[in-house]
Amino acid sequence: MNGFSSMIELSEKDKPIAQMLLNFGACPRCIFRFCRVELQAPYRRPEKELLCELRTFLQSNSNESESSCETVQPPCKRIRLESRKEEAEEQTANGSHQLTDAENDGNATDDNLRPPPVCTVCLGILQELCEMDFVKAVCQKINSSEYQFSSFVFSVSFPPQLSVREHAAWLLVKEEIGKQDLLVEKDDLVQLKEAYKWIIHPLFLEELGVPPADGKSLFEVSVVFAHPETDEDCHFLATACPSCFKSAKNKQSIFTRMAVVKALELIDDDDFLKNFQSPPSSPKTPCTAVDIQCTNGAIFVAGRYNKYSRTLPQTPWIIDGERKMESSVEELISEHLMTTFKADSFNFSSSGREDVDVRTLGNGRPFAIELVNPRRVHLTAEEMRALQQTINNSSDKVQVHDLQIVTREAIGHMKEGEEGKTKSYNALIWTEKEIRNEDVAVLDSMKELKLDQKTPLRVLHRRPLAVRVRVIHTMQSEYIDEHHFRLRLKSQAGTYIKEFVHGDFGRTKPNIGSLLGTTADILELDVESVDTDWPPALDN
Amino acid sequence: LDVKGNPCEDHCILQHSNRICVIALADAHPVLQKGKAIERISYQISANCSRLQNKVSGKSKRGAQFLTELAPLCRIYCSDGEEYTIYSCIRGRLIEVNESLLGDPSILQQKPFTDGYVAVVLPKFEESKTITQGLLTRKEYEEVLSKRFNSAS
Ligand SMILES: [Zn+2]
Repeated sequence: MNGFSSMIELSEKDKPIAQMLLNFGACPRCIFRFCRVELQAPYRRPEKELLCELRTFLQSNSNESESSCETVQPPCKRIRLESRKEEAEEQTANGSHQLTDAENDGNATDDNLRPPPVCTVCLGILQELCEMDFVKAVCQKINSSEYQFSSFVFSVSFPPQLSVREHAAWLLVKEEIGKQDLLVEKDDLVQLKEAYKWIIHPLFLEELGVPPADGKSLFEVSVVFAHPETDEDCHFLATACPSCFKSAKNKQSIFTRMAVVKALELIDDDDFLKNFQSPPSSPKTPCTAVDIQCTNGAIFVAGRYNKYSRTLPQTPWIIDGERKMESSVEELISEHLMTTFKADSFNFSSSGREDVDVRTLGNGRPFAIELVNPRRVHLTAEEMRALQQTINNSSDKVQVHDLQIVTREAIGHMKEGEEGKTKSYNALIWTEKEIRNEDVAVLDSMKELKLDQKTPLRVLHRRPLAVRVRVIHTMQSEYIDEHHFRLRLKSQAGTYIKEFVHGDFGRTKPNIGSLLGTTADILELDVESVDTDWPPALDN
Repeated sequence: LDVKGNPCEDHCILQHSNRICVIALADAHPVLQKGKAIERISYQISANCSRLQNKVSGKSKRGAQFLTELAPLCRIYCSDGEEYTIYSCIRGRLIEVNESLLGDPSILQQKPFTDGYVAVVLPKFEESKTITQGLLTRKEYEEVLSKRFNSAS
């Protein structure tokens, strides 16, 4: 007896099943799956070797069963067969315990020259599509896109008709298994995806030096296989099980894998066999990989920004598809992050926002940017400092500090408890009525002033209408002239300061106008601080 | 800015760039003119329609009453027995009415363009541009007023 790796792991009882599947047009690896071969090594051997061995095995089987039908043969005895092609050929040539069937001989030789026919069950997935040439093509795609990664997951999507073909083969096998009084369910077979993984993962390890991870990894390589030639295989299911194929909005086809699998669970065997030609005709071509995509998990970068311009919106300002301002805080920062991390896109978020004409001074406003599908994922603290410097050098309208890579979870800190935070503002206010110093000084003594704020008219088109109670904690006035004064105020986050000053058609009550008995308007507003301790300050 | 219906009962529409419109009285409206005293304001339009029952919810303002140009918003009852109806003037959904006017109708006269507004209406997105085309601008309205004044004298 030789080592395991050169043996076919099929037992005597598997022979009828293997023969049926071979006639069905299944490849040797699919035959292994249906015979529940749970060892990975046999799947990894070259297909031609397996096919050759399998034929010899089945031929010897008929020989043996013919010659041994009277001798006692334990049904579960494992037959281990010599496998090396040369040996097989030698045996064939010598004719030792071989059928002297000239036709068989001829076939064996031809099959060694031609590629094996495309499997009727896996449509080539367990044939050339799990071999080194295919792995090399995938790796080329991975390497050409400059991704930085330390591990990866490899995910595949098979065309739904594979499930139909699998089912047809299963019905055939089920009958035979029934004869043998064995309790085997469809789930006990080795799943196509599983066998595919067993074969292809070691090849990736060989090619990339990293095996695909079984669990999670931020870097994902995904392949979508299609087989247009047999797409119609699924169609009869829609008439047989209409309930499974309802309302597939926005989908290209109603025949999703999920729907097909569900329909196959429901359909009874006779119905299936009436509608699906079994064995199916031999496919002309194998599946093709119609899409190979690499995606890296998002990277999150946080920091604080100061905005020194009264003509710069926080995010691009577009009305009716027309751009109103030439840049934005979001773009001035993200542009450089996009270049450095080589990401596909970004999502900007911040702790509150300021209007286009409002400056943000003091310790700045916390922000976070999600970089989607970045090629680069590792930056040293030094490189982050350099990136921050690049942003700051390229515009005097926006400056950032404490720029750092954070986790997705940490972004939550920015949003949570926002209501409890306080913000400090400095407003330049105009009054219709002439004012004296003492008129505005009364504001200084008001503490914890409660406001009823209806959703401001200027945001009412995109926010629900509601009345919110907000608190102005403190106010400090600074008289300028009969019609102007400055007001520094600390308020609860979420207070609309402009509306507190001009009253928004009396919809914020009280307001500066009502408190001073006049009409007031706001000329300038600065954010002086956003009191949050996230993101943490850095030493630089 | 807008002129409509009965002589001199002018309305004023203030539109924000986000298409939100505020309906208010215009300078020449009799209620603002002759130093009239307003007795009360009612948003009860008919026996079974009150603008006070208007409730909107969510960003999409579900449940809003839909208004046509001639839909009445409220009625103003003056102490001299005169009664005036304020109309929407624009097509759109009613977002809110000014409930402060119920408690103190005099703000309608004191601050007609700010605290004394009548209602907030959101026109349909497609119609928000054309809605103001049939209306007069503040400048055009002032010209109309001066002509009206001249022809009267
Ligand atoms: Zn196969």
